[in-house]
Amino acid sequence: MKLVIAIIRPERLEAVQEALQRVLDEEDRYRITVDSVEGHGAQQGEVELFRGQRIRARLVPRTRVMVAVNETYVEKTINAIIAGARTEGGGAVGDGKIFVQPLEECIRIRTGERGSTAI
Amino acid sequence: MDGKIDSGSTAWMLTSSALVLLMVPGLALFYGGMVRRKNVLSTMMHSFVAMAVIGVQWVVVGYALSFGTSVGGWIGWDSALIGLNGLSPGKLYADKGVPELVFVMFQGKFAIITPALISGAIAERMKLRAFIVFIALWATFIYCPLAHWVWASDGWLFKLGVLDFAGGTVVHISAGVSALVLAILVGPRREYSRRGASGVLLPNNLALTLTGAGLLWFGWFGFNAGSAVAVEFPVAGAAAGLAFTTTQAAAAAAALTWMVVERWHNGKATSVGLASGIVAGLVAITPAAGHVAPWAALVMGMLSSLACYGAVQLKHRFGVDDTLDAFSVHGVGGLLGAVLVGVFCFTPVGGVLAGSFAQLGKQLVGVAVAVVYAGAGTAVLALLVKKVLGLRVTDQMERDGLDIGIHGERGYHLEQA
Repeated sequence: MKLVIAIIRPERLEAVQEALQRVLDEEDRYRITVDSVEGHGAQQGEVELFRGQRIRARLVPRTRVMVAVNETYVEKTINAIIAGARTEGGGAVGDGKIFVQPLEECIRIRTGERGSTAI
Repeated sequence: MDGKIDSGSTAWMLTSSALVLLMVPGLALFYGGMVRRKNVLSTMMHSFVAMAVIGVQWVVVGYALSFGTSVGGWIGWDSALIGLNGLSPGKLYADKGVPELVFVMFQGKFAIITPALISGAIAERMKLRAFIVFIALWATFIYCPLAHWVWASDGWLFKLGVLDFAGGTVVHISAGVSALVLAILVGPRREYSRRGASGVLLPNNLALTLTGAGLLWFGWFGFNAGSAVAVEFPVAGAAAGLAFTTTQAAAAAAALTWMVVERWHNGKATSVGLASGIVAGLVAITPAAGHVAPWAALVMGMLSSLACYGAVQLKHRFGVDDTLDAFSVHGVGGLLGAVLVGVFCFTPVGGVLAGSFAQLGKQLVGVAVAVVYAGAGTAVLALLVKKVLGLRVTDQMERDGLDIGIHGERGYHLEQA
């Protein structure tokens, strides 16, 4: 099991969801957790204008997508997120990152099931 | 008028009074949106407490000091006006067919918004009780005498012939200059001194600021067109119509100018820029509203935006943390407007464009008096308050935010379901 975490442009969320739906909904329904986060990459944020001053806002709003998957779906998930989150025309600075972490355990709260069937 | 109430005039003055009061929450929104999230309430409260504090002060002594029987043109006084005790509801104001109580309330809203304007310069760091004591003293010892000099029929600047239709000297110059002095005495915000103008001092919600700017524009029609009460009967007449028109023209021209200048100078036209332009235009036309033609209002709005934009740019070089540009907009716009009245006025007297420099000279006297009196008076009062109460919150409270420290509240709990 892996936890795939992606930091994407907020306006790309819908495209990512559609792509995930296409690859993950083969036998089942895909699961996803989304939250709003702030951060910056190599560009150190973005420039804002406020009261006549140029101010570097170090934290830029982004959307964090978390998808827990069994091994066979890891690459598909990654590819789906890339397909949905990359800016048309070969990508652009600020498109974000994907992190993949091993997932030690997964428990469905309702039934207590554990492991890959609970995912 | 022979002691008969004119319902049209009275209706317009009642409406105008309510419009001017609406500017105060408008100002609270305008200012409140531009500070950091942790200070949104304390910043808005500065305007709201002015409604509470000056709302009382005005009834108790403020009106008596401003519009009571003149003592040598310097101050008003009439023991019957203390607490408005001797004012029967049927008594009319001068020859305007309006109950004097309505005039009292109309003028009272001006007394409320003027100290609230000052609060923009000291946002995010001043003690609430110091601010409350300061504005009570300021209203009593600076606003009331100035209002008397300029607006009371026996005031010495009024007799001299200084034109101030709705408060260029009394309201905007006095508030703007006082804001500058107070900002210097309170000192800059801790992040400001460390990082200059850059860094983390970003606004929490500019949608509030734009809403506030809209309410200010709306309320300003009462501010300016209601001020026709000083010059004409019936009050809801030609002077009110002229003031209404020039108010609209100046605000629009200034907003447009700010956008164009900022786009040219900084690459983008910002929403705060447009909002600042609206206010710059409204401030500049305030002393002139009933004295100049609509085309002159367009020119004055344009010039005010240019001057205020320049002031906003320049002030960072001086290291004064006029946090929300109370001086750069109200001070500079007020100075410009009060001087330009002497250039563009055509009624009741002609200005420079009509070939006479006399009025311009009088305007310069009025401006100089307002600048010196408000500036020096604020320094004295603020130093007094500093000695007794201290002006600033503690360093830790400033870091944590004034909302939780002073009020025990936070403005936003957006994470809560």
